[in-house]
Amino acid sequence: MAKIISMDEAVSLVKEGMSVMVGGFVACGTPPGLIDGLAEKNVKNLTIITNDAAKPGLGVGKLQDNGQIKKFIGSFIGQNLSIGEQWQAGTLEVELYPQGSFVEKIRCAGYGLGGILTPTGVGTKMAEGKQEITVNGKRYLLETPLSADIALIRAEKADRFGNLTYKHSARNFNTAMVTAAKTTIVEVDEIVDQIEPDQVVTPGVFVKYIVLAKGGK
Amino acid sequence: MADIKKIIAARTAKEIKDGDVVNLGIGLPTMVADYLPKGVDIVLQSENGIMGMGSAAEKGQEDVDIINAGAQYVSTKPGAMFFDSAVSFGIIRGGHVDATILGALEVDRYGNIANWIVPGKMVPGMGGAMDLVVGAKKVIVAMQHTQKGAHKILRECRLPLTAVNVVDMIITEMGVMEITKDGILLTEIHPDYTVEQVREATEADLIIHDDLKIMDVE
Repeated sequence: MAKIISMDEAVSLVKEGMSVMVGGFVACGTPPGLIDGLAEKNVKNLTIITNDAAKPGLGVGKLQDNGQIKKFIGSFIGQNLSIGEQWQAGTLEVELYPQGSFVEKIRCAGYGLGGILTPTGVGTKMAEGKQEITVNGKRYLLETPLSADIALIRAEKADRFGNLTYKHSARNFNTAMVTAAKTTIVEVDEIVDQIEPDQVVTPGVFVKYIVLAKGGK
Repeated sequence: MADIKKIIAARTAKEIKDGDVVNLGIGLPTMVADYLPKGVDIVLQSENGIMGMGSAAEKGQEDVDIINAGAQYVSTKPGAMFFDSAVSFGIIRGGHVDATILGALEVDRYGNIANWIVPGKMVPGMGGAMDLVVGAKKVIVAMQHTQKGAHKILRECRLPLTAVNVVDMIITEMGVMEITKDGILLTEIHPDYTVEQVREATEADLIIHDDLKIMDVE
């Protein structure tokens, strides 16, 4: 059963040098309290696995502002220009994957799969160093699992069994990441006794810790 | 500039059929939704997990948990739903999107497209673009014909590719082009330009359609 802990306890579970999955798409679906806590504690040398780098002052952009990221793994740097600059200068590592491959790699790690075959990236730089496999005459790239030490997830509601629901488009990468890390912390707006079984999106079996967001109930 | 974008968006909108599931890229492609002909109602798919996305959210109606792929606050239409990224890219890669409309840095005669990195200069990343162009049933590049005079429609792309042999059609302020096995076929031309001018603005050899039409941008 999931355990409800304080924000301070949750943040202290993230240690220097860890690989950290962070849910969200340009901070929509990114757990705000956990990111603020990590920025405040200034935990360094993190490998951040998240779809995009948001922008300075927003979401995981706050960790980049603080120089806490050693390696960025995602699909889009976009407006967070310093990541691109530091990558080119050789002071920050970056691994980019097509967004659809990125989420499938994470899903593989959580679902016990050795990888997936995708047509995306065939004939491009994405194919470099990857196994290409032909199935029924069509070419695919093998994309292998991507896991993390810890996953920081945003959900709308949790019940005392750790079952989760999400709000609108804030679901995005959270449902895959929640399955794929050794430890999962979910920041929610509301903790209820029980979510209707039919309404549960993420089964509580994937959830280790729950923290209540600022202003949550 | 504004007029050029309007021309491209208005012409591109005519490629969309009523009921199509469409994914629009950030920037100019997003404008296409504003020029749909009367009676054409489409289902917009947003890669971050929305089907049935509406227009930009009205002032005061913004919800931080409803954004499009460009992180703008948007509305939803009746029948809309939210899903996670695995489902979203299942829809995209699985061939369930009728058309994707996006910009490009370069396109070539083989239908190759480059739009995710300029080594040493700009490294935004590919986001969902590689999956979209591989998975969508129809790939339409809607862009300005040149980059301040520099060719973008090439014999062969020079930048790292987003995907190989995927582009079906290119729509610019100068005309409409289809990628065929023989090369790039100019099917429509904007009345402000001559074929010679289009040829000069295009590095790839153009095949001129026997029945070259005037581009309809009304």
